[in-house]
Amino acid sequence: MSILVYALHYQGEFNRNSLGAVSEGARLAGELGGEAAAAVVGGDDLTDDLCASLGRYGASKVYRARAPEGLAQPVVDVMAKVIADDGFEYALFGGGLLGFEVGAGLTARLDVGVTMEVTAVRAQDGRLVAERPILQDSAIVDVGYVGEPGIVIGRLNAFDARDGGDGAAEVVDVEVELERHSTRATMVKRGEQRGADVNIEDAGVLVAGGRGLGNAEGFELCESLADALGGAVAATRAVVDAGWYPYAAQIGQTGKTVAPKLYLAAGISGAIQHKVGMQSSEHILAINKDPNAPIFEFSDLGVVGDLNKILPKLTDAVKAKKG
Amino acid sequence: MKICVLVKEVPDAAVEKRMDPASKRLDRSGEKNLNPFDTHAIEAAMQIREGGAVEVDEIVAVTMGPESAFRALHKAVSLGADRSVHLTDAALAGSDVCATGYALARVLEAESPDLVLLGQQSDDGECYTIGAVVADHLRMPSLTQVIRIDVRDGKLRCERQAEYGYDTVDVELPAVISVGDAINEPRYPSLKAIMGAKKKQLDTRSAADVGIEAARIGAEGSRTEVLAVNPPAQKQAGEIIEDEDTNETVERIVAWLEERKLLA
Repeated sequence: MSILVYALHYQGEFNRNSLGAVSEGARLAGELGGEAAAAVVGGDDLTDDLCASLGRYGASKVYRARAPEGLAQPVVDVMAKVIADDGFEYALFGGGLLGFEVGAGLTARLDVGVTMEVTAVRAQDGRLVAERPILQDSAIVDVGYVGEPGIVIGRLNAFDARDGGDGAAEVVDVEVELERHSTRATMVKRGEQRGADVNIEDAGVLVAGGRGLGNAEGFELCESLADALGGAVAATRAVVDAGWYPYAAQIGQTGKTVAPKLYLAAGISGAIQHKVGMQSSEHILAINKDPNAPIFEFSDLGVVGDLNKILPKLTDAVKAKKG
Repeated sequence: MKICVLVKEVPDAAVEKRMDPASKRLDRSGEKNLNPFDTHAIEAAMQIREGGAVEVDEIVAVTMGPESAFRALHKAVSLGADRSVHLTDAALAGSDVCATGYALARVLEAESPDLVLLGQQSDDGECYTIGAVVADHLRMPSLTQVIRIDVRDGKLRCERQAEYGYDTVDVELPAVISVGDAINEPRYPSLKAIMGAKKKQLDTRSAADVGIEAARIGAEGSRTEVLAVNPPAQKQAGEIIEDEDTNETVERIVAWLEERKLLA
């Protein structure tokens, strides 16, 4: 039983969630008595050394294809060919946008089963069972696969990257003729950073703002409080997409993953895509006017109330305490 | 240009959702509504039509679902679709992502659209994947979670946020695009549009009508099976303060922070 893992890279470095998926693939393949291989797709920065380094995370072999980067459909073509040629029982993806798209495309191409947002995978009777939280994480379903290969798409940060320190994977070049539809999307600009470059990953305290702040000016309340607490300001995807705050401060699925000592969520509803980026924070304090906001399900202290009333007074009180 | 918008009827946000322990499927009884993400897809279609960069001949709302799902189509039409198509068949019940994507692709194929739009996720399934599944069946280029679409030179210039920042991608037509909720602010339907929606053409199709192979749909045709439904590991519920007297609320927050040595 062998597992093919997609490894996303950008500018000569593998994505942390992809490395996690490689480690998890190697662990599961070991339990099934097989091996894990990785598929990588891109340009010249995919050097022999970079590809072979996936061996440190447990990949025995790396399939490398030269094709456009940052788009899912060329990767579907590559993985479909590798699976057809060499036979894999499972395909595994770490959390992130491209993994979802590639896994979904592969589902259609191969007419096979897919489970997404998977938080854990286990080997059971020689098969994989994927655990997937549903309905705002109020239940977890165990999903099994009928037929092969089964496609497993992880949730962000579900799988830990385990660097074994040594080991080099065998690197194999694959030639793939792309499907016509896979060549009909073209990357014009990739990885554009919008807004100021801010560092939130090293902060011990984060005051994060969401749509509940009402407008861009609402972030001034967060900034004052963050100053008082000696922390930094973070944001949700919704407000970053709306242009209220810089992308570099974004938490969640397509942003940063953080685990500060204190995470203060101001006007954040707590969607799963946000939760996955901050749930490891030591202490979570949420302020929201909606008592039914999902964030209260996973906060340590929840305050139901008006941010405009609470934040300025809280800022003053913190300043007074800290002298 | 002909635009098809995929829509879905989902349990209303206010309904407590649960799994039916016997069938291991979502209990879909109770109040239902049009999936909120789909209203952004319809609005995106309307803005392409109104933008004038391309002539939009028709906007067709398409759904797959039980008989009751026609209400989601009425809502979609009230928001701007010209007519709608309802794929409904008892044989489709219990379809997984693979089977659902296949069935939707068949019904779309019969419409041969130049553009398929959909919301990036459904409120109930939270799958994010249907767009990419449908696109591969239709052999069309595809992009998900798009937050801006401009029609230029007969192509779509799309923007979205991906792993490393914002990406700008040109997509040739025909294409399948799923949109995020940041793409627009959906309009409210007028009373006239709501009243008129019931009179617009609504075609009901069975699986056989659009050439769907029976072996590939429903629980039997699905490639995944739900083995068990379990409760999540219990996290101790946090303390909740209802803000009535803000001075007192702030005092309690500060005490909580101090206890945890977060004001040191």
